[in-house]
Amino acid sequence: MTIQQRAQTFLSVLRHCQVLGMTVEQADENGLVIKLPYSELIVGNPVTGVVHGGAITTLMDTCCGISTVCYLEELEVCPTLDLRIDYMHPAEPGKPIYGFAECYRVTPAVIFTRGVAYQERREEPLAHVVGTFMRMGPGPDGLKSFKLGGKA
Amino acid sequence: MTDIEHLVHLAHQTGDYDALIEQIPYARLIGIRVMRLGEEMIFHLPLNRDNIGNPILPALHGGVLAGFMELGAMLQLMVSMNSPTFPKIIDFSVDYLRAGLSRDTYATCQVWRQGRRVGNVAITAWQTRSEEPVATARAHFKLD
Repeated sequence: MTIQQRAQTFLSVLRHCQVLGMTVEQADENGLVIKLPYSELIVGNPVTGVVHGGAITTLMDTCCGISTVCYLEELEVCPTLDLRIDYMHPAEPGKPIYGFAECYRVTPAVIFTRGVAYQERREEPLAHVVGTFMRMGPGPDGLKSFKLGGKA
Repeated sequence: MTDIEHLVHLAHQTGDYDALIEQIPYARLIGIRVMRLGEEMIFHLPLNRDNIGNPILPALHGGVLAGFMELGAMLQLMVSMNSPTFPKIIDFSVDYLRAGLSRDTYATCQVWRQGRRVGNVAITAWQTRSEEPVATARAHFKLD
């Protein structure tokens, strides 16, 4: 399976991401791009039509989390430890939002990711993001410890 | 805008937030509810299949949990200030403490500082007991 296929498989099982219509645009050894289409369902300010931050947080949590498949040999469950988003400006209504994420440090226990949310150009982000993820190990053991360990 | 102003005022007065929530599409999408106990606001996110991320556990999507917390903080600021304008998010930082399972989730918000231009809000979310939070978060909002 290519990195892009692994990322697509990962995204396709996340129900809420399907509800929001998120799709993998690009995935390779340099990171991951996911698209969040504009929809009136995710508007947070009915006066302006601006998308709620929660939908952008969902895009970026997903994007940072799945970007781990671009760097790991095997599929691993990596729950989010923390995530921070800094908004440069609000998203423009009516246009899709793209999330880009990369892992800038991978250790045996923890993966550090960073990324941006943007609309027209990645060089003009609407938000900067950093997220830290826990490695639970590959395969069923990882899933088991995920269940018992209770991080999400 | 007058409509929103009226609804915020109504929620402030009566403690019934349904009409205000109904006007916010994202609030309807994830299904947030608000309970008021005296002066306290408790935010409630009922179990909803569409909010699931990890299907194996199954677990609430971390982004939905964060969105629920951000929305709670926004509503808390609007209603406590009795303001018709939507606070704009400046930054949002969330720590995930334990698995947010697919069950009802609750949150309370603490407005630590409400200045003229910026508000600082801490949010705590839990599922079983408030002493065992599933996540804590902190947000800054632009108020003017």
